[in-house]
Amino acid sequence: MAMGLGKLRGNSKQDLWIEIGIVVAIALILILIVPLFVQGFRLNMLGRFLALAIAALGIDLIWGYTGLLSLGHGVFFALGGYAIAMHLQLAPLEAGKLPEFMNLYGVTELPFFWQPFSNFGFSAIAVLLFPLALGSILGYLVFRNRIRGVYFSILTQAATIVFFNFFNGQQKLFNGTNGLTNFKTLLGATVSDPQTQFIFYTLTIVFLAATYALCRWLTSGRFGKLLVAIRDDESRVRFSGYNPTGFKVLVFGISAALAGLAGAMFTVQTGLISPKAMDIAFSIEMVIWVAVGGRASLVGAVLGALVVNFGKSLLSEQFPDIWLFFQGALFLIVVTVLPDGLVGWLRREGLSMVQNLFSPKEIATYPSLEEDLEVQREKETLGN
Amino acid sequence: MVTNTPDKILEIDNLTVSFDGFKALNNLNFSMDTGELRVIIGPNGAGKTTFLDVITGKTKPTIGKVSFKGKDLRKFSEHQVALMGIGRKFQTPRIYLNLTTRENFQIACNRHKNVFSTLFGAVPTQEKQTIGGLLETVGLTAKVDMQAALLSHGEKQRLEIGMLVAQSPDLLLVDEPVAGLTDEETENVGNLLLALAESHSIVVIEHDMEFVRQIARKVTVLHEGSVLCEGSIEEVQNNPKVIEVYLGSQEEHE
Repeated sequence: MAMGLGKLRGNSKQDLWIEIGIVVAIALILILIVPLFVQGFRLNMLGRFLALAIAALGIDLIWGYTGLLSLGHGVFFALGGYAIAMHLQLAPLEAGKLPEFMNLYGVTELPFFWQPFSNFGFSAIAVLLFPLALGSILGYLVFRNRIRGVYFSILTQAATIVFFNFFNGQQKLFNGTNGLTNFKTLLGATVSDPQTQFIFYTLTIVFLAATYALCRWLTSGRFGKLLVAIRDDESRVRFSGYNPTGFKVLVFGISAALAGLAGAMFTVQTGLISPKAMDIAFSIEMVIWVAVGGRASLVGAVLGALVVNFGKSLLSEQFPDIWLFFQGALFLIVVTVLPDGLVGWLRREGLSMVQNLFSPKEIATYPSLEEDLEVQREKETLGN
Repeated sequence: MVTNTPDKILEIDNLTVSFDGFKALNNLNFSMDTGELRVIIGPNGAGKTTFLDVITGKTKPTIGKVSFKGKDLRKFSEHQVALMGIGRKFQTPRIYLNLTTRENFQIACNRHKNVFSTLFGAVPTQEKQTIGGLLETVGLTAKVDMQAALLSHGEKQRLEIGMLVAQSPDLLLVDEPVAGLTDEETENVGNLLLALAESHSIVVIEHDMEFVRQIARKVTVLHEGSVLCEGSIEEVQNNPKVIEVYLGSQEEHE
């Protein structure tokens, strides 16, 4: 493998600072420089996709590193979206008034669980807390019973069906299929105003950087190595004296909270949240982003989310009917040709390609061979 | 209320493990003193690995009881059994292939194996020293930051033995530690086990008779799920039942 690079896999303070520098630089470029060249609709698209990248990081955390393939994270995403949307529905109203759709369906009184959402602070915390709580409880019940692998994935799918049907059917409570939309104001600012949208854009980038930092922290050090150990041989981890349940519940809960955060930031930049986000297709898309970008490499999750979504957007504009075929083809390509995704490919082939361009190829050998005179003689006489 | 003798580290009474009618272990009775080094031999299929599975909590007994230091192990899960002081080395090296040698040791050495400490606790100096010492003992200092998947078979065996020692268990269950090792490595492992036997209790499962002779005091022979014979290596080797079932003539047996 890349032994010839001579780089040890230890942690180095210098590497850490370099990485922090790069992340901050990219964030600043996105916030300050990119908006000068890209405006309006396309900037909004970038903002929305960066929000999706937050969810992708959560998926990489549980799937790439811990081996938990959740095909139902759309539920957590949507819960975050609905939490903020409910506040946005109530925010511009005077006390006692109901959201438009409720008036339409003849609801006379605001349901009790809607009431706290008139408070921004509560809603903001709910964006993180509700998915976190649901994910942790669900995770605990599942992991403690040692439900793993395919059965776990099927369970997550079942969860999406339950939630989708609930939200889809509840017209009086959540406006059913149509979802919540027509956001007017948030904390006094007009939501559709370009300046407000720019603030959301900036916030998304900041949250993305913070999420990256969080995931980076979790996946390095002993905890991160343990996640990989759980992914590769959970049973062995038990024999080593660890109970994997706590670890899995923690990362699953965090990934749920991240999906919720992504859902909220996506919703404020899209102006709509509907039960479609709880559909199985969307949850599977999240997994495809990470698969394309490269599992177990946080950068890959962000990259995959951006690449796939921009690709989808581009292709949908040109060929609206065949996006689904492209998505299927993409999945097949990744599974067969790029099992480690784009980042994995870059690390292996890409890196060595660049190396070959700039420096002669280093062949890794056993140290004793270098010192063996006969081998050296052979090397010289027979060529490379 | 302790009915079991305190200086017996392991006591197994009438153990039967039945998989859908097939008795992997059949009315097995076994006991071991604290600080003993016991070797278990027997043909493949005799139930040796199932025996370890039951002790470590992976398989529950159909009938029978396993006591470790007087405690009944049946109601504990694998990680609880491991924390109680039983460590296991597997038949084929079972290490974390995607982690480096050092990281493998760090997982094994960790004093506090819960979520909180693993996440927030830094690796203490004491632990780093322990890992350094272990690396030297198993001879893997040069490969400390190499991905475990790239180690040779012998090195993987040694890594796993090192990890077992790192857990610092009271009872070590070692399943075929020298399978695939060179003569020199085999002797080193033998010496390591003998050194450990001075302060630990060890159960070794092996097929290599030379190695068994190097380390064994008392040998237990398993056959078809129960104990066929127990005694010193000479007694066992001369037992006609054992010869018929397992040892055969020297050419037949690998």
